[in-house]
Amino acid sequence: MTDTLTPVLTANWADDRSWTLPSYAARGGYAALDKALGMAPDEVITAVKDAGLRGRGGAGFPTGMKWSFIPQDNPNPKYLVVNADESEPGTCKDIPLMMASPHTLVEGVIISSYAIRAKVAFIYVRGEVLHVIRRLQAAVAEAYAAGHLGQNIHGSGYDLDLVVHAGAGAYICGEETALLDSLEGRRGQPRLRPPFPAVEGLYASPTVINNAESIASVPSIIANGPGWFAGMGTEKSNGFGIFSLSGHVTRPGQYEAPLGITLRQLLDLAGGVREAPNGQARELKFWTPGGSSTPLFTAEHLDVPLDFESVGAAGSMLGTRALQIFDETVCVVRAVLRWTEFYKHESCGKCTPCREGTWWLVQVLARLEAGQGSAEDLDLLLDQCDNILGRSFCALGDGATSPITSSIKYFRDEYLAHLEQGGCPFDPAKSTLFEEVPA
Amino acid sequence: MSIDQSTYDELREIAARYPQARSGLLPMLHLVQSVEGRVTPEGIQACADVLGLTEAEVSGVATFYTMYKRRPVGDYLVGVCTNTLCAVMGGDAIFERLKDHLDVGNDETTADGKITLEHVECNAACDYAPVVMVNWEFVDNQTPSSAVELVDDLRNGVERHSTRGPRLCTWRQAERVLAGFNDGLADEGPSAGAPSLAGLTIANENDWKAPSGD
Repeated sequence: MTDTLTPVLTANWADDRSWTLPSYAARGGYAALDKALGMAPDEVITAVKDAGLRGRGGAGFPTGMKWSFIPQDNPNPKYLVVNADESEPGTCKDIPLMMASPHTLVEGVIISSYAIRAKVAFIYVRGEVLHVIRRLQAAVAEAYAAGHLGQNIHGSGYDLDLVVHAGAGAYICGEETALLDSLEGRRGQPRLRPPFPAVEGLYASPTVINNAESIASVPSIIANGPGWFAGMGTEKSNGFGIFSLSGHVTRPGQYEAPLGITLRQLLDLAGGVREAPNGQARELKFWTPGGSSTPLFTAEHLDVPLDFESVGAAGSMLGTRALQIFDETVCVVRAVLRWTEFYKHESCGKCTPCREGTWWLVQVLARLEAGQGSAEDLDLLLDQCDNILGRSFCALGDGATSPITSSIKYFRDEYLAHLEQGGCPFDPAKSTLFEEVPA
Repeated sequence: MSIDQSTYDELREIAARYPQARSGLLPMLHLVQSVEGRVTPEGIQACADVLGLTEAEVSGVATFYTMYKRRPVGDYLVGVCTNTLCAVMGGDAIFERLKDHLDVGNDETTADGKITLEHVECNAACDYAPVVMVNWEFVDNQTPSSAVELVDDLRNGVERHSTRGPRLCTWRQAERVLAGFNDGLADEGPSAGAPSLAGLTIANENDWKAPSGD
């Protein structure tokens, strides 16, 4: 029986100067790289396939399979691009990982690049995290100086250059093809697929794009073997992942566990739903399993195993395991309106359903939240969502509809209460973590 | 300030990091901001010159991303997260208090040129909510009064540190790091704050760990 929590990626985060190469090496860091360089590149791909690692950025696509799609007979250079543009509301795992242990990611980049035969790799990190960027820059410099990057790595004859690239503030760049356009120095707008990045990615060359946590998981798989990784988690959702608890929970934070743990288990570890500042007990009202783009869950979903299949079967998505917890003081209409304003702001403007649709969603939701409009507006909202979901260029438009449709499903009465009372029945001051009153 | 020869040299240095020079445009625009205090027409011209693009092509990119500013930014860009979770936990109250205290609106700068206030979207620190960013450094677990103290200190030249990083530098200095010129401060600050270690701490107390490998 595997333990409830299984720190692997987080295991060294409390070490003294954990972000430095000496600290990382003291725990055996870069030994997995040696092991990988002693294997054929295809053997590394097979190991990651056999481990059953699935993408940790939300979609859950099998990582090893993605790597095997790279056409090795294509004469163009191959590229590895790490998606470290962590911006999905609620998601806060890659940032602490890169802050505390950037070398875990760097070692993963080198092994993964070796597997797909890339000579140049990029870490595309969002620009709004200055200290994380400093630590990545410093880790890459240390890795070059130690011979883990550059020419003839560890005497293997393999060469790799790694560039840390800071973005400039655009949620859409977390979408892999928008990220590629951005990395080419353009506006970050998604591309039509096919061709898929594996065939025509960066500079129209074969490219693998993986989430930072996915790549950071690779050294442990190589070091401990695919069977070790596959032995954790559930049947089709193998391994461990970082679960991020935030909001109205006593001890918010990062909890690394096998996939399949439940929110009930995690909440027990995290001290339960947070008490009010005056000590009053509070209850779970709604939560996101994987960021704001995944349909909301309620207390009835506390025992859903948090793996790709179970969360999907229960009507949502595992996403990035960003568990945002909201108690009964929170107005779901206010919460959903704010997320919708976010999607409107971040829509890249390329396609009409998303660009125009998210604007109209805000208009109707704002009217409802203010207690104006009518009950028919709920049907109007659902109709608008129907015209966005599946009709947009990328997943941003789909994600924008998730909080709306799921909140109407579970909390229709709360929307109607706004109309009956001519405004919001909740006091936002009750949801805050402090008892101050704004001036 | 203006785009002088040394800035041109650094713009070319950025472009040379990439297999194709245009990939350098985002960090190049960060460098322009560090030199000019915003994206100026001269800065756009310089990027266009170095990359062989038209000014329209560079402007098209600069106007797409929210970190690029067309109006002068103060020494400290203070961003209050008002995405749903931080807003609910107190971000809305913090933002209202700061607007009132500084007598500015969203995306406006105080008369002394010290503080530019804006609300920002989720900055991936939800376990530290409500979060305030200063020049893209984390200032975690804020309240309205702690945020007022923060901006007062910054205006008065009192040294302040990020809760998970170094002493807060100016916005222009931060933009230079984003352009890829490291300032040597990576070793400042802790590995992680307490929330980042929440699960690890419990695992250690219970002697929980991943199984041993092959």
